[in-house]
Amino acid sequence: MRIRSTAALAALSLLLAAPLASAADKPTDPQIAHIAYTAGVIDVEAAKLAISKSKNKDVVAFAEDMVRDHEAVNTQALDLVKKLNVTPEDNDTSRALTKAAADERAKLEKLDGPAFDKAYVDNEVAYHKQVNGALESLLIPSASNADLKALLETGLKIFQGHQQHAEHVAATVK
Amino acid sequence: MVSKRRLWIAAALFVAAFPAQAETIQVTIEKLVFSPVEVNAKVGDTIEWINKDVFVHTATVKGGWEVMIPAKKSASMVVEKAGPVEYYCRFHPNMKGRLTVSP
Repeated sequence: MRIRSTAALAALSLLLAAPLASAADKPTDPQIAHIAYTAGVIDVEAAKLAISKSKNKDVVAFAEDMVRDHEAVNTQALDLVKKLNVTPEDNDTSRALTKAAADERAKLEKLDGPAFDKAYVDNEVAYHKQVNGALESLLIPSASNADLKALLETGLKIFQGHQQHAEHVAATVK
Repeated sequence: MVSKRRLWIAAALFVAAFPAQAETIQVTIEKLVFSPVEVNAKVGDTIEWINKDVFVHTATVKGGWEVMIPAKKSASMVVEKAGPVEYYCRFHPNMKGRLTVSP
């Protein structure tokens, strides 16, 4: 197991640790919607950076998949919150995710070529693993609205595919 | 007897000239699953994929054809070759389907 310096992982560990806390700490639907949406935006932003920087066609193709799928999920999420008349609510987890993503981005912006590709793809593997863990153990079980839960479940399925894809690409970038 | 036989030949020719009408077989895509997973078709039939997801999918045969199926839309293809083929979604490779095409 490699040691990854990403603060994003620390932020997501908070999510995973949450079920151990009291029931009052369980995120509400407006918070869950905000966390899921934020996590998606972060991945789209990272992917756009990769598309602009990388010259590796597998990495670019992966990043294009991330933009397409995460934007689709987020469009669906926005439609849903509108339909449910819910306002996504900012929260500590979302803020921690955003902060961690900014740090990761600063790190990636300094890298080029194969070093960038490796850092980006390794982070994608770790990020999807953590997001999927959070979806499975916390966000999906905490969601009370059936439509929100269904969207998160579809999201999980698609992000598990992304994780496999990222692992596959990670094996090819050295 | 002869006329009966002629009639039979005529019928056979008729059948040969107008083969059974090609069908359209629908495959629905919902929540990253092709349904039904397996379909049987005949050469000349059309496969129509109806994508109910918000994601773009493909029906792709490795080293063969590919059909792009936009989100919330459908796309179709006429099957031209007999034989079984496995296809998958190039964007979501866990999605798999199978076509068995008879001549």
